[in-house]
Amino acid sequence: MAVSAAAGSQGLWFLSRGSGLVLLALFSAVVVLGVATRTGSAPRRWPRFAVAELHRTLSLFAVALLVLHVVTAILDPFVTIGWAATVLPFASPYRTLAIGLGTLAVDLGGAVVVTSLARQRLGHRAWRAVHWLAYLAWPAAFLHSLTAGNDLGIWWVALIEVTSAAAVATAVLARLFGRDREGPPTSGPGPRRPLADDPRLTPARPTASAS
Amino acid sequence: MTTGPRLRVNPIACDGRGLCAEVLPEMITLDDWGFPIIRDAEVPPGLLDEAAEAVRLCPRLALRLDHRARAPAAPQPRAG
Amino acid sequence: MNTLDSGQHLVRGATPVQAGRFPRLLPERFGGEPASLEEHVTRYGQLPRGWDGRWREQLIAEVGRAGLTGRGGAGFPTARKLAAVAAGRDAPVVVANGTEGEPASAKDKVLLACAPHLVLDGAVLAADMLGARQAIVVVHDAVREVVDSAAAERRRARLDRVKVKVMTGADRFVGGEASALVNWVAHGIPLPTATPPRVSECGLLSRPTLVQNVETLAHLALIARWGARWFRSLGTTAEPGSMLVTVIGAVRQPGVREIEIGTPVNEVLGLAGGPAAPLGALLIGGYFGTWADPAVAGPLPFSAEGLSAVGGSPGAGLVAALPADVCGLAETARVARYLADESAGQCGPCVFGLGSIAGALADLTAARRYEPGRLRRWMAQTEGRGACHHPDGAVRMVRSALAVFGAEIDRHAQGWCCGRRPPGVLPVPLRRSP
Repeated sequence: MAVSAAAGSQGLWFLSRGSGLVLLALFSAVVVLGVATRTGSAPRRWPRFAVAELHRTLSLFAVALLVLHVVTAILDPFVTIGWAATVLPFASPYRTLAIGLGTLAVDLGGAVVVTSLARQRLGHRAWRAVHWLAYLAWPAAFLHSLTAGNDLGIWWVALIEVTSAAAVATAVLARLFGRDREGPPTSGPGPRRPLADDPRLTPARPTASAS
Repeated sequence: MTTGPRLRVNPIACDGRGLCAEVLPEMITLDDWGFPIIRDAEVPPGLLDEAAEAVRLCPRLALRLDHRARAPAAPQPRAG
Repeated sequence: MNTLDSGQHLVRGATPVQAGRFPRLLPERFGGEPASLEEHVTRYGQLPRGWDGRWREQLIAEVGRAGLTGRGGAGFPTARKLAAVAAGRDAPVVVANGTEGEPASAKDKVLLACAPHLVLDGAVLAADMLGARQAIVVVHDAVREVVDSAAAERRRARLDRVKVKVMTGADRFVGGEASALVNWVAHGIPLPTATPPRVSECGLLSRPTLVQNVETLAHLALIARWGARWFRSLGTTAEPGSMLVTVIGAVRQPGVREIEIGTPVNEVLGLAGGPAAPLGALLIGGYFGTWADPAVAGPLPFSAEGLSAVGGSPGAGLVAALPADVCGLAETARVARYLADESAGQCGPCVFGLGSIAGALADLTAARRYEPGRLRRWMAQTEGRGACHHPDGAVRMVRSALAVFGAEIDRHAQGWCCGRRPPGVLPVPLRRSP
């Protein structure tokens, strides 16, 4: 009985860590896709609405997986985290900082998800203000994954961590330095310039002999 | 007198992202600069779902489906 | 018989203007000083007050009979606007528009500089009539001091029940648009907002807001004194009354004149001393107006009906006379660039459309490139797709230029220009503040 309980507990622990890793990859993909809807760095084959929808779908899937991740961690009898720590950061007696970072990610990410679901009612400005918190939620989740798990020694765990970080870093850099959208295909407005200096507006000189 | 819902874009909110034209090409085309042109605002019954989808998808919430049945608006003076 | 003719509200002893002397709004001689309150009352009599209970409807009806239309450029029937604001649930607000963002136009500044009390009469009357407690008068920087003094004079004389607040307008072309003006007063942002809702339903402080040009308010102040029949003694049946026009360019005495609506364009030019040189073209209405051939437009009455023959309208009352030795295309390109730069920058089609159109005109003027199909496509894609009518007006002006300057376009397309003097008849000032 104790063995099966121990085996069950092992199962919960594996489930929690496993779902955590998948969650990190998912969350990173969601952030990358979120940036892609904005900067248009998505490949041309992909219509923008598809990128936007994938971003939304994956984030909702991540929420579902998050529930699994949190519940299995709480239910695991070997570690005492406590239900309060699901929403209150740094309330867990076990690995307070590490779990607290995860809670922070849940709180921030939760705000982003809730406001996104209520976007039409909230209006664009309010939604956007909260959505920026995603850029805080991801680092919190990432740091949580580094500190709360024990598995960085395993090569594919490290790979997931590195790949996720690289993907998000690339996306953020693209957001900061890339173009906001494809520029107008035809000539756009010129810079504001005093007309007196505008060399384009001298009257045309005859270019051909008047024959 | 129009009876169907009308699709309208708020030109100030619109940023020319182009998602609307992707899901509703029957009603929305993009101009030379990527901004939506809605030729005929009245949404035919067969496209109501797609129109609602376009409204939902717009990243700037610039699209609206106006359900009031009304006559076309009188020209609005802008100068004082 | 209208109620205002009953003598109840008429001043005993008609003043010369009431008896038919012209001009009505402008002083007979420009003294350089604004009319004081005393001079104003001597010329026009007191603003009627102490109306009976139903006077709001009576006055709106009288304004309707008078056929007064907005003098800000759109020409919307004033009585209808008043009724729309009066129909609102909340107490309305009155905003007088004297910002005159159109750089070539000077009529509102001149009116405020000469007869500020007439404008304030109109603003106060409108506020009183609509049940507003405040009248906000937004004026161009150049005449702020004059209007401030006039308002102070009235306060000292305890003339008005309504509080008059004077503000300076933003130095911005689009700042004169109704929703932009409300936005400026409320938030200091002189940019149009999306409508619906219209400002007459939901404007300043979400109340029904009357935004009215200062010249319109001046006419209103006189209609309240002397009624619709007096107002209609000038002008045409369809477009009664007088209006202020600004005549600039190749005329001997450029400036602001008051004319009877329907005066032939040539006579309007004559009031400004007549052409100083052979004319190549006229820009009528304003920077949202239309170019016209002087030979064709000259005999036409200066009215919406008369000018429709050349696809134009009185607009903001501008007549710009372009001499024949200045290239009309170059002038158009300058104005188009100005209008593109003056875009509020909120709507893609306006920003990019006007920018592209201005670029194309500059290219054409410098004989670099001319793609008429592309230009026409851009014009079609730009008009009607902004939150306000800025892009529409600009496109209208450019379209008329393409129609009138066909010969110039052909020449430029082959590398020639007949302009012997550089362009610069139409002012395109740099904005002092961003």
